[in-house]
Amino acid sequence: MKMDGRFGEYGGAYVPEILVPALEQLEEAYLAALDDPGFLADLDILLKTYAGRPTPITRCRNIGSRDVRLYLKREDLLHGGAHKTNQVLAQALLASRMGKKRLIAETGAGQHGVATAMAGALMQMEVCIYMGAADVERQKLNVFRMELMGARVVPVENGGRTLKDAVGEALRDWSASFEDSHYLLGTAAGPHPFPSMVRDFQSVIGREARAQLHSFEGRLPDQVIACVGGGSNAIGIFHAFRNDENVALIGCEAAGKGLDSHAHGATLARGRRGILHGAETFLLQDEDGQVRESWSISAGLDYPAVGPEHVHLMESGRASYVGVTDEEALSAFQTLARKEGIICAFESAHALAHALKMVEEAQAAGEERVILVNLSGRGDKDMAQAQQLLGESE
Amino acid sequence: MSHRYDAMFARAEAQGETALGGFLMLGDPNPEHCERLIDALVEGGVDMLELGIPFSDPVADGPEIQAAAKRALDAGFRPADAFHLIARIRERHPDIPIGLLTYANLLAARGVVRFCEDLAAAGADSLLVADLPTLEASDYAGVCKQAGLAPVMIAAPNSSDAQLDRIAEMGAGYTYCVARAGVTGQRERLALDHDPLFAALRERNAAPPVLGFGISTPDHVRQAASSGAAGVISGSALVAAARSENGVEAVRELAQQLKKGARANAPREGVAEANLV
Repeated sequence: MKMDGRFGEYGGAYVPEILVPALEQLEEAYLAALDDPGFLADLDILLKTYAGRPTPITRCRNIGSRDVRLYLKREDLLHGGAHKTNQVLAQALLASRMGKKRLIAETGAGQHGVATAMAGALMQMEVCIYMGAADVERQKLNVFRMELMGARVVPVENGGRTLKDAVGEALRDWSASFEDSHYLLGTAAGPHPFPSMVRDFQSVIGREARAQLHSFEGRLPDQVIACVGGGSNAIGIFHAFRNDENVALIGCEAAGKGLDSHAHGATLARGRRGILHGAETFLLQDEDGQVRESWSISAGLDYPAVGPEHVHLMESGRASYVGVTDEEALSAFQTLARKEGIICAFESAHALAHALKMVEEAQAAGEERVILVNLSGRGDKDMAQAQQLLGESE
Repeated sequence: MSHRYDAMFARAEAQGETALGGFLMLGDPNPEHCERLIDALVEGGVDMLELGIPFSDPVADGPEIQAAAKRALDAGFRPADAFHLIARIRERHPDIPIGLLTYANLLAARGVVRFCEDLAAAGADSLLVADLPTLEASDYAGVCKQAGLAPVMIAAPNSSDAQLDRIAEMGAGYTYCVARAGVTGQRERLALDHDPLFAALRERNAAPPVLGFGISTPDHVRQAASSGAAGVISGSALVAAARSENGVEAVRELAQQLKKGARANAPREGVAEANLV
């Protein structure tokens, strides 16, 4: 490898020896692509004319006040319905440059699977999506979307039959197929070079938002808030602000049914250092190192590990991470719908819930504050679940 | 550290045999039955034991071995139980090389030093960590050797020269050579494009090559033996046999059958080196 693939002490490439040549080939292609004006121009055209970049930032009209201003980076308006599209298009272009004929991906609720199926159809590549069997049952519509775009969806029956098991199965496929297949990992986690590569391909979010906000406000935000599952939308918006010392970076993890229950996905708050799916990072695990099942109302945050760069950002003090419960997220989801006419994804509702607390805090203190939230996705996929949950609570 | 492996490979070579390794998952389906299965494996004639310590997310394993790990974990089997079980097996079988296969997070959780020392104290000879490639293994290999365990490294036909250099330098006991690609599991056809790999390992004075992944029939063993491997390891087929109705007998019988394949290359009176695939 050319890079050491570490963020402080975290990251690395913990994969079977047989996959090392595949990661080396990918690292080489990724580094070459970043320096290749042809690749960057191709990607730029796709992002503008296919995905719909740049996405706007929206200042909330009815949340906040003259002094406390809340801005939303509207990744929910992207083709595909979430930020996932940014890096999926980039990796699919890269795979095609590497001469790969087939894309493999894991998916939880199906958003990354749908984005990969989309890119596969666009690039006319074969697509195979691994999805936990439990998720296949829960997310029938997304399975249909993927199949409609020509992808094959393979239900994974191992373990808890969810995202963690789908990642394992995708890695197994890749161990046997790397010569003609690219593993299109869905987040800024996994072995090097994925965490760096996915961050670089998602950092367009922060670059745009920083310039857009500056042109509205004439200054930078006080706080940038994003939800963290694997952590790709958060790292995507944080990256452009990393050297802006006065901008607080805040990641919101799924506190599920509470941080003191076992039913959460708060890896940074409640996990410990460990090694899973190719990276040294934080994990939800028992004392022996067996990985626990996570829980969240939002499938995108329901993962027992986290991208290694977030652990480094937490330990170095550059970013802080908070837990947001299912209940708080659901409440923020409703607030945004009623007050702003925007239905966001359950994942993004976690970031929004913390932002609402910050708005209240600033108003109570009589401070002026500018807050930027990455609204990473839209809520279409969550409608059935929302209807069920809100029906129950009434 | 590698003395049991050295003695075993020397004996196999002197007899014109290929060393036969048998794999089972520790704690599957429970410690007591697992112990009987391992005894049957030894009685069936395997020359070395390869035992798995179950991990929740075994990404290098196919369905059969994944399911075995899950059975053991569901029954509450823990690494501490594995060390205990290894010590009992060592007591009854003082000379057989015992190698362990597991995943990096179990070492990280216990502490690499403590994990290796506990394994060595239980009587194990080697350790293979499936998701710890040589790129990440330099500290680990040192700790492992310091504790008196041979760190076994994996080599594949697609390994680069730089990988092979590291494998030869860090590895000990034996070199686990895998088929072209994939995870553990049974295969209809064995990919045998290993001559250049074995030659490259010999050139570098690496630990003896042992072929694994997909060895499930005596014929596979015979083919692997004639390819120049110092040994072979059969895993998924034995794990499948172990969960059959009369598991202990099935394991013993399969080990005996595989052993015939391992002996097929031994010179016999009146028989020329014929019929080798």
